[in-house]
Amino acid sequence: MEKNWPLWEIFVRSKNGLEHRHFGSLHAADAEMAMENARDVYTRRSEGVSIWVVESINITASNPADNGELFEPAQDKVYRHPTFYNLPDEVKHM
Amino acid sequence: MSEQEVKNLEEIFEARIARDEKIEPKDWMPEKYRKTHIRQISQHAHSEIIGMLPEGNWITRAPSLRRKVALLAKVQDEAGHGLYLYSACETLGISRAELYEQLHSGKAKYSSIFNYPTVTWADMGAIGWLVDGAAIINQVPLCNTSYGPYARAMVRVCKEESFHQRQGFEIMLSLCNGSEEQKAMAQDALNRWWWPSLMMLGPVDAESVHTEQSMKWKLKRKTNDELRQQFIDQTVPQAELLGITVPDPDLKWNEETGHYDFGEIDWDEFWQVVKGHGPCNKERMDARVNAWEEGTWVRDAAMAHAEKKNIKVAKAS
Ligand SMILES: [Fe+2]
Ligand SMILES: [Fe+2]
Repeated sequence: MEKNWPLWEIFVRSKNGLEHRHFGSLHAADAEMAMENARDVYTRRSEGVSIWVVESINITASNPADNGELFEPAQDKVYRHPTFYNLPDEVKHM
Repeated sequence: MSEQEVKNLEEIFEARIARDEKIEPKDWMPEKYRKTHIRQISQHAHSEIIGMLPEGNWITRAPSLRRKVALLAKVQDEAGHGLYLYSACETLGISRAELYEQLHSGKAKYSSIFNYPTVTWADMGAIGWLVDGAAIINQVPLCNTSYGPYARAMVRVCKEESFHQRQGFEIMLSLCNGSEEQKAMAQDALNRWWWPSLMMLGPVDAESVHTEQSMKWKLKRKTNDELRQQFIDQTVPQAELLGITVPDPDLKWNEETGHYDFGEIDWDEFWQVVKGHGPCNKERMDARVNAWEEGTWVRDAAMAHAEKKNIKVAKAS
């Protein structure tokens, strides 16, 4: 009656001051085991000080097919960048 | 999708790779790209896992605590490498269960080198030095391969490999600086592992069927023969440093080419081992399949425990 262990995504903070970053994924029966396995698989050489484990099915990912709709509108919004604004050279510290 | 549409997508896809863009799991990809990657990445993962067996054989008999912790750490790293690679492979839409099934049924291959026996402690030295050495040469170019999850896994793997090779070389060095018997043991290990290590770099270019496509997809940056030459050129001076002899009477420095010339590789032996007739193929598969089958009740119990806990949490809230 074999049931496969679900997949978990592992996020690790390398040191305080940095964000958690996606490190990879692994299979585990529950969150506790995912945490123990993540420690062994991803932090054998002091790569982290904090771990998040999230079951993969709980992640909703955007679809690359929607990339145009999602991300292209930002491309013509140059006024969101400081270089869009023309200021005389005499203005300092801005 | 019409044939023309697929062709257009394929052209866009190839152009992306040519521009050194990475391909990520949810991106559209040609079926052949997906299949080739599943084959190569899973073969690679299986090799890491099976590769633990010949070295695991010596953990309890390591000659000192220093050697024992190092070997244990190395074998644990190889388990990690297998896991990174299985995860990368699963992003292509194949399950871990299917991947194991392919390994256990013999449908999937793993590196033939692991079908040779480890009969003396010196084999731990020779494996780290030569087998991990050849693996590094194979793997470093893959850190830049086109499939994102594979490339990221390889960066992690490569970072960990150099300790493997150094611990192996240190074992060889101790033996070569030891008694006559110890030095003879090191020589014997080199004699047995040299040729299989050269075979690890793959069939000669003329007979390698996937090279052209693999180059395009950056699954390969150099041909098998180029990689083999690189391995020989860097390893021969190391053997000289140890004071042991590479078992190839035709091995000679070629002033003109700036490389070592070397003797004929016994490819019949290579194909025999690939086909399952190596000294340890059966032993390796039996060990792997037994470990999986005898672990079934543990996996089931863990799953049942997790489900019971979930029900309790649901009831309490
Ligand atoms: Fe490895
Ligand atoms: Fe290794």
